Amino acid sequence: MNWLRSFWNSTIGKKIVMAVTGLVGIGFVIGHMVGNLQAFEGAEKINAYGRFLHHTIGTELWIIRVILIVAVILHVVAAVQLTRLSNAARPRDYVRGRVPQVSTLASRTMRWGGLLLLVFIIVHVMHFTTRTFPGYDRLDATGSVDIYHNLVTAFSNPWWVLFYLVSMAALALHLYHGAWSSMRTIGASKPSAHPLKRVLPLLIAIVVAGGFVVIPLAVLSGVLR
Amino acid sequence: MELRSQVPEGPLEKKWDQHLFDMKLVNPANKRKYNVIVVGSGLAGASAAATMSELGYNVKCFCYQDSPRRAHSIAAQGGINAAKNYQNDGDSVYRLFYDTVKGGDFRSREANVYRLAQISVNIIDQCVAQGVPFAREYGGLLANRSFGGAQVSRTFYARGQTGQQLLLGAYQALEKEIAVGSVRMYPRTEMLDLVVVDGRARGIVVRDLRTGAISSHLADAVVLATGGYGNVFYLSTNARGCNTTAIWRAHKRGAAFANPCFTQIHPTCIPVSGDYQSKLTLMSESLRNDGRVWVPRKAGDNRPPNQIPKEDRDYYLERKYPSFGNLSPRDISSRAAKQVCDEGRGVGPGGRGVYLDFHDAIQRLGEDKIRERYGNLFEMYERITDENPYKVPMRIYPASHYTMGGLWVDYNLMSTIPGCFVLGEANYSDHGANRLGASALMQGLADGYFVIPSTISNYLASNKLDAVTDDADAVRSTVQDVEERTRRLLSINGTRTPASLHRELGHIMWEYCGMGRTAEGLQTALTLIPKLREEFWQNLRVPGSGEQLNQTLEHAGRLADFLELGELMCVDALHREESCGGHFREEYQTPDGEALRNDDDFAYVAAWEYVGENVPPVLHKEPLTFESVQLSQRSYK
Amino acid sequence: MNLTLHVWRQAGPTAEGKLVKYEAHDVEPEMSFLEMLDVVNERLIESGDEPIVFDHDCREGICGACGVMINGVAHGPEIGTATCQLHMRSFRDGDVVYVEPWRSRGFPVVRDLMVDRSALDRIIASGGYVSVRTGGTPDGNDIPVPKVDADMSMDAAACIGCGACVAACPNGSASLFTAAKISHLGLLPQGQAERDGRALSMVARMDEEQFGHCTFFGECQEACPKEISIDTIVRMNRDFLRASLKRGSHAGDAGAD
Repeated sequence: MNWLRSFWNSTIGKKIVMAVTGLVGIGFVIGHMVGNLQAFEGAEKINAYGRFLHHTIGTELWIIRVILIVAVILHVVAAVQLTRLSNAARPRDYVRGRVPQVSTLASRTMRWGGLLLLVFIIVHVMHFTTRTFPGYDRLDATGSVDIYHNLVTAFSNPWWVLFYLVSMAALALHLYHGAWSSMRTIGASKPSAHPLKRVLPLLIAIVVAGGFVVIPLAVLSGVLR
Repeated sequence: MELRSQVPEGPLEKKWDQHLFDMKLVNPANKRKYNVIVVGSGLAGASAAATMSELGYNVKCFCYQDSPRRAHSIAAQGGINAAKNYQNDGDSVYRLFYDTVKGGDFRSREANVYRLAQISVNIIDQCVAQGVPFAREYGGLLANRSFGGAQVSRTFYARGQTGQQLLLGAYQALEKEIAVGSVRMYPRTEMLDLVVVDGRARGIVVRDLRTGAISSHLADAVVLATGGYGNVFYLSTNARGCNTTAIWRAHKRGAAFANPCFTQIHPTCIPVSGDYQSKLTLMSESLRNDGRVWVPRKAGDNRPPNQIPKEDRDYYLERKYPSFGNLSPRDISSRAAKQVCDEGRGVGPGGRGVYLDFHDAIQRLGEDKIRERYGNLFEMYERITDENPYKVPMRIYPASHYTMGGLWVDYNLMSTIPGCFVLGEANYSDHGANRLGASALMQGLADGYFVIPSTISNYLASNKLDAVTDDADAVRSTVQDVEERTRRLLSINGTRTPASLHRELGHIMWEYCGMGRTAEGLQTALTLIPKLREEFWQNLRVPGSGEQLNQTLEHAGRLADFLELGELMCVDALHREESCGGHFREEYQTPDGEALRNDDDFAYVAAWEYVGENVPPVLHKEPLTFESVQLSQRSYK
Repeated sequence: MNLTLHVWRQAGPTAEGKLVKYEAHDVEPEMSFLEMLDVVNERLIESGDEPIVFDHDCREGICGACGVMINGVAHGPEIGTATCQLHMRSFRDGDVVYVEPWRSRGFPVVRDLMVDRSALDRIIASGGYVSVRTGGTPDGNDIPVPKVDADMSMDAAACIGCGACVAACPNGSASLFTAAKISHLGLLPQGQAERDGRALSMVARMDEEQFGHCTFFGECQEACPKEISIDTIVRMNRDFLRASLKRGSHAGDAGAD
């Protein structure tokens, strides 16, 4: 397993781990977002979806959860280690500062945005999965979690909406850079005359973040109630 | 001093092979007992250091740059010649040999040139195997282009960066040997003297440019591959750091300096734009494949180039040399440019420029094709001049570029100091009085990869060398000389900067020992240079100390040597009462203004021996005999 | 035109440095940036001060010796241009110009604007070559190389080793430099035999020299005087991943023996 250790020890190895776990995350958020949209089809539909996940594919759900948890841990550990390496690579910064030429806001906010997303993930899991905050315990007619009710409860509160909007903006930026750079990091993208140009990542970022935020916005504006 | 060329007996085409067999070898197991110093890490130095290390010698390699990859070979643009005849256009080893001897105006040593042509084919193979990304045809085979002075297409190239790619190949080979520990690299280290013990070169004295520490390094043989001395003109296409110090100090320790006045003025450089100018930028000769050179027919025609109709233009190279046209050799093209400018027909600021026009080629081939061939050169031109050469013709003017002269070497590339070998531009051997385009890279790599590894073994195997230590008298006194000289430079405390004095030397050299020379002018130069040298030693200012990084001190030391070399160049130019190649004495020309050679009196290599300060140098002659080629008036008409 | 310069002055590798203000007078638009510094230096020497130290040599954009941070931009405002080829017509009368050395742990300052880039040489020494000896090589035309590959290889090989990619990278990464060499050799048939080992050892060396990692900011490509594409980094990562996986599967084989 020596090779695995040296793979992990190299900066590219860590970046590849980040890219692969990031791609797992992208796959997850796309699925999650599509699942969420069922809220627009009514309480029945989204609650049934919840039942399906918890009871019908219960074991598989745990496998997915473990994969996601491991991915998040690896992603964060690699990010922290690489950030430290990168800070050490320039112990003394430019007095006048470096003026970014082509790097996107998205690429420059990966660290802070990522940190925000980590906080978001923890809060979000406490919010809707473990339902740690009071007021989210109601069950529906079938005896399972009334997801729809929880959504309406949460997003009737503008502070929660604001928190989700800010977090989804961070997600959009994270995806815009991550979806693009992860393919490069794993060596999967083709040479191009304009390597900095990206279309698909922009689409992913807009669709995923947009798909997520329509629900809080719909609740807040009274479309979903 | 005796000049023994050591050219082997036998027919020309057999000499090198026979010599390879006749030379003594060093047993592979014994090679690691020998230490070799290589100074310079350009094409010749890096290839020599890498190859000798591969053979098993312990090599120390020195360069003044921060990395061996930055040696000025890197700037060669156009290409490298080789007699591969891949184009099936009638090329052969003999033709490359003949073109080179003729291009050099019959002032080079036949046997060396023939060997160069022979080896040229191996160089391409070697470089391809190293991963040099030469230009390719669509079928995947190597592409060629044409260069001046040849009617065949034998120049291999990697865009306009051939020198860079060949140097990186040699540099990578060198780094491979550094990695295994058999080459020790000393970057930012400048050779300031040669250590001669019992008449043999046994080491060098260097200054660590970072710390200022002066130290000696000893070895069994010293290889100088330190490039040319074109910066004697101040403005040249050479890198700013290029200097004559290594070979000049070797000269002062007993190495004869051959043909110092043979300097090449390259016809296609970007013209000077102001006094602050620090260097001149070459536009590759390969541009003359597709560019047409012209000036207005009438003096004082100030119309913009695109408003001058064809009939008012003088395509003077095509007119004067119809069979070679725009691809006439460098010396001839340069002189022709000077002539039309002297007639008042020059273009651009100060009238010192001629047009190199791609309009017709763009019409014929399309802008894309031209961009593919010369894109990076066009960009470079635009960056410097702010003019778009796809729309407006380039303006070019000749500039000092290459020095054919250098330390005298025998067939084994050994100077008149036993154990001191000289490679590449630093020696005089292969280009006579004018070098053809794309031949410098060829010579550097031939010397480094293929000649020196064999001849140095022969030297080491044939001579018993006693051990020398740092406390030997000769070593200590050489170190002291260097220290004393450094102290002297720092203690003058006058008012003039090295750059201002260098600029002045450059003016003198360009005016009197440049493209056109006269006895009168050279005599003037010979009174001006000693005066300037005196001014230098009385009125120089070098701030800072010697115990630190001090770029002004570095420049001053190099300039001190240029101030002595410049004088020798003028002495040599004055004594050579003929015109040949890059040496054009205005007194000696044919009625139509071509160089008039004097084979009866000057068919020799002029090798100058240093005999002391303020004592005229002593001339030694190596007669040039041509067994294989017929001496003829060079004609490109 | 006249400019105000703020130039980093540092007497030696361990000395403290600071920005020092200089006035540059009578600057011509045709001057190169280095020629402008020459003029400033001439005046400094004449007034008995020590001139500003900076690396430079060929002054035609190919040796890679020069390179400074100009107003926070590596090699200054022109695209695809080394500092020596940057002309003063890119500036305006009255401009204030900050000049700093490349900053990276891998590039310790030697003096003023001059840094030690020998780390780049060591990266090449770790595998940036084809291990052939001199002599005994096949004819240059024995192995055809598709023009497209030769051209792409040349695009990568154009690297001049100036270090601007490192200087411009927010992470201080030498990825573009390393990737350019891996791509140059990896695209040619001659480089195939050592392709895997080269990727592994050069990346390892790059890390040992304590350069940062690549996040695909794209700043390096923009700073590169030879406009080398970050696609080379994609290629390096692919080669590295492939070689690592191969090594993994070989390690598995060895375990089974």
